[in-house]
Amino acid sequence: MKAPNGLNRSISFAIVGSGGAGALTAGAILLETAGKAGWYGIMNRSVGPQIRGGEAAALVRLSTHPVDCMAECFDFLIAIDWRNADRFAAEMPLVANGLAIGDPAGGDVPSAIADSGATVAQTAMKELAGSVPGGRENMIAAGLAAALAGLPIDALMSVVASKLASKGDEAIEASRACISLGSQQAESFEQSFHLERPAASSAGRWLITGNEAVGLGAVRGGIRFAAAYPITPATEVLEWLAPALTKVGGALVQAEDELASINMAIGASFGGRASITATSGPGLALMVEALGLATASEIPIVVVDVMRGGPSTGIPTKSEQSDLNIAVYGCHGDAPHIVVAPLSVADCLFTAQWAVHLAEAMQAPAIVLSDQSLGQARALIDRPADIAFIARRNVLEAEPEQTYDRYALTGSGVSPMAIPGIAGGQYTADGLTHTTKGIPSSKESDHQNQLDKRRNKIDDFDYGNHWADIETSNDTGAGTQFTILTWGSLAGPAREAMRILADEGITVKLLAMRLISPFLKQEFLAALEGTQRILIVEQTHSGQFHEYLRAKCDLLGQVRHFHRPGPKLIGPAEICAQIRDWKTA
Amino acid sequence: MTGAETTMVIATAGELLAHAYQMELDAQERYSYLAEQMEVHNNIDLAKLFRELARVEGLHASDILQQMKGMDVPQIRPLDYKWPGSESPEALDMGDMHYMMTPRQALLLALKAEQNAFDFFDHLLKATDDPEIKRFAAEFAEEEQEHVELVHKELKRYPEADERPREDMDPPASQE
Amino acid sequence: MNIQQRPPFKAGDYKSDLTPVWCPGCGDFHVLLSVTKALAELGTPPENVAVISGIGCSSRIPAYTNCYGFHGVHGRSLALGAGLKVARPDLTVMVMSGDGDGFSIGGNHFLHACRRNVDMTYIVMDNRVYGMTKGQPSPTTEPDWDSALSPGGTGLSPFHPLVIALASGANFVAREFSGDIKGTTRTIVEAVRHPGFSFVEILSPCVTFRPDERAWKTQTHPAAVEATDDPSRAARRIMTDDGFNVGILYRGRRKPHDTHVKDSAGDPAILEEEFAI
Repeated sequence: MKAPNGLNRSISFAIVGSGGAGALTAGAILLETAGKAGWYGIMNRSVGPQIRGGEAAALVRLSTHPVDCMAECFDFLIAIDWRNADRFAAEMPLVANGLAIGDPAGGDVPSAIADSGATVAQTAMKELAGSVPGGRENMIAAGLAAALAGLPIDALMSVVASKLASKGDEAIEASRACISLGSQQAESFEQSFHLERPAASSAGRWLITGNEAVGLGAVRGGIRFAAAYPITPATEVLEWLAPALTKVGGALVQAEDELASINMAIGASFGGRASITATSGPGLALMVEALGLATASEIPIVVVDVMRGGPSTGIPTKSEQSDLNIAVYGCHGDAPHIVVAPLSVADCLFTAQWAVHLAEAMQAPAIVLSDQSLGQARALIDRPADIAFIARRNVLEAEPEQTYDRYALTGSGVSPMAIPGIAGGQYTADGLTHTTKGIPSSKESDHQNQLDKRRNKIDDFDYGNHWADIETSNDTGAGTQFTILTWGSLAGPAREAMRILADEGITVKLLAMRLISPFLKQEFLAALEGTQRILIVEQTHSGQFHEYLRAKCDLLGQVRHFHRPGPKLIGPAEICAQIRDWKTA
Repeated sequence: MTGAETTMVIATAGELLAHAYQMELDAQERYSYLAEQMEVHNNIDLAKLFRELARVEGLHASDILQQMKGMDVPQIRPLDYKWPGSESPEALDMGDMHYMMTPRQALLLALKAEQNAFDFFDHLLKATDDPEIKRFAAEFAEEEQEHVELVHKELKRYPEADERPREDMDPPASQE
Repeated sequence: MNIQQRPPFKAGDYKSDLTPVWCPGCGDFHVLLSVTKALAELGTPPENVAVISGIGCSSRIPAYTNCYGFHGVHGRSLALGAGLKVARPDLTVMVMSGDGDGFSIGGNHFLHACRRNVDMTYIVMDNRVYGMTKGQPSPTTEPDWDSALSPGGTGLSPFHPLVIALASGANFVAREFSGDIKGTTRTIVEAVRHPGFSFVEILSPCVTFRPDERAWKTQTHPAAVEATDDPSRAARRIMTDDGFNVGILYRGRRKPHDTHVKDSAGDPAILEEEFAI
């Protein structure tokens, strides 16, 4: 994306290394530097299968404007070494006039890189680092990358100083020296990839991951209890919540397994505290029985599923959208509940906060379908606005005057919930089908009434216009030639595709769903009006989203379906190719 | 502790009255509870019998309450009653119940309960020197003896010769 | 004789209007009675008590009390109870279930509940059978007990919950017999009062599927020695006794799990500072 003056609006680069080379640290430091200098950006990473010493790649995109996804191609790549890099070389294809810089002592260039058409060059990072006492190759690489990207070196120096503050002055000095050396190496290359000056921004900006944003959104929404069992790629949600909750008067308990964590959270919620747990696909599979319990006994609970490659153990470190089915249909019996999906790293905060509000308002489970591409991505975003969604549970405030019916049939379907400690409100929460008083019952009328109650409270709730982000590339109000219909994390690539196509004169509407269940059929069909061709995009093998939509309504007009499982994320260029192809069909 | 040892520690007539009253209340409560259990399990004959026994125990309790008027009767914490066993001697052991129990079988258990109650007062009568306690103990012992005879009379309505052991031909019904 | 202070609640105040559907003769009737008597002795208002259970005959108990109750899913009652107690340390939390719910599907949570030592009381009504599902062996069933599902007996070594509790860190361990209402009541009172995780195994006969357990009435007897505070000594005693020693067997000194929940709320805005560029 080049501006008229030859500078870039967006560049992408990768830093690769193995055996503890520190590629990820270098990438993170560069991202932060760009942030301090006023740019936006996002960073993802790719790692080998071992805990330590494996091959690692920091994938960084920097931009003058907020970005929600990685680009498909990289402008330059710096490889501290090439060991095992062929394992993920395919994930970082270089642009035709791109630059791949390796270390002469770093092993063979992977064929994917060598055959890409990019310029392949060398910098003796190891040797240069060796010339500085305590010098590290990743700092050479960082300096080199900063210079190629046109990032201010003094900003990089100050980020490094604060990052390494705990390691002492010598370490900081060594790093500064390496950064200097590295940046000087940039002069030996013809290409440069300088960014345009960043857009001026008045709002404060944040550097945050999707997992951290989920945690913060949850606490903002009123969560004060979390139960935790670690699982990749969700663990960071819980690790962030552990100290955060104690700061706001809450608590986190580490559980022995997911069965314990979901039940602990339900117990705490029964006690009146908004509660949460976070997991991934395999953990959610263990939790579904308890989600049915929370549904049947009408206890609010938020479960974050940071989706990864499935099924079963799958690909724990990669993203996919294939937990839609279990999130919507996982419970046995008819157990309507809420499923939402954040649309970007920044939206993780909003959607988590909204999920707490929804769960508490409707006394039901809310599943938040994030994924690895959001959860573990680190992004520079504008400070999210404060929003008014705070947990507001309909509770029995004081001793009831008459007998208390926990599951009374009300107009909204939501009945006041007695919290332990309120005299006269005693009831037994139960997964068994029950009367309005909560007494177990097998009567037809009780079963029907309670099923209706629980379905109606979810279906009749006013979700406002948060159920989806709907944008069009033209302002005319006329129809668009195409609609890209997607959900969750693919909103970012779809939005970028929409903008690229707009520049080519192709009008596109984006419909990115944030509320997956319940399905708002009326709003959905209204949103699709004025479009004849719908491209459904999702990151699954079987097409779960497409099937879900077709089960819920008749999709009018022409429909095409573009889907693929992980690990390679669907990107803007591919979506554009689908639309262009369709246009000429 | 044996019955004799326990009742030796009842120190005042007021304390004895408190025990006598609670014994009847416990028996009434127990028979009522058993009646409910039998109603839930559709053993209606037995439920009716237990309700009647509960009613009668209730009358005994009212009588003792009248006697307590004007006397210095202590409030005793529930765990501090000096029963020989785990519970009031006149309350049927719930562990002896069965949903197919016949009225005759239940009455035999009631007979034992009344006998236990008699023994409680009889032991006290023999163990104490206090004249007032002796007076009340004798009175209550006599009462319980009457109850024993009442149960015997009731038993005659369910002669052993007419007993048909009841058997449930249906298999148990699993619930969850 | 001192005029004692009238306790604020009676046992009947903790009983609900629902008549239990347990088979007449079931030991759980006694346990319910003991629990209500214990709560009356403790004087905690019913609305401040939560009775948490899983699935099984014993787990029906919450609805038979007048306290807040939670009849959860099979085997997870300890997790429900722990979450509730950490979130609401002001409540008295009593987790109650049976030997199947507690030691089979719930076995893992049992181990970690003992380790975690949250201040709550766990009462298991052990009848050495799966009653609700019509009579299969449970983890505490004798190895030679014949049944349709395991003809001739399972041949498996029975689970030793008391010893496992000690090894895992439970802070209070007791065994009782349901028919001894006085003893059981007193033990429950002490269990609730004792800080940390208190475990009481109550032998509670199943009149329908284990009529042989009526013999427990005569087989159980008070423990010959006082409770110890040495877990290994307590474990040795239990592993060498006849299995019918009743009473408090162990009183530990571990600090209960620290719950940080406070009613005063810190402002979530302070959490944003780490993200500001």
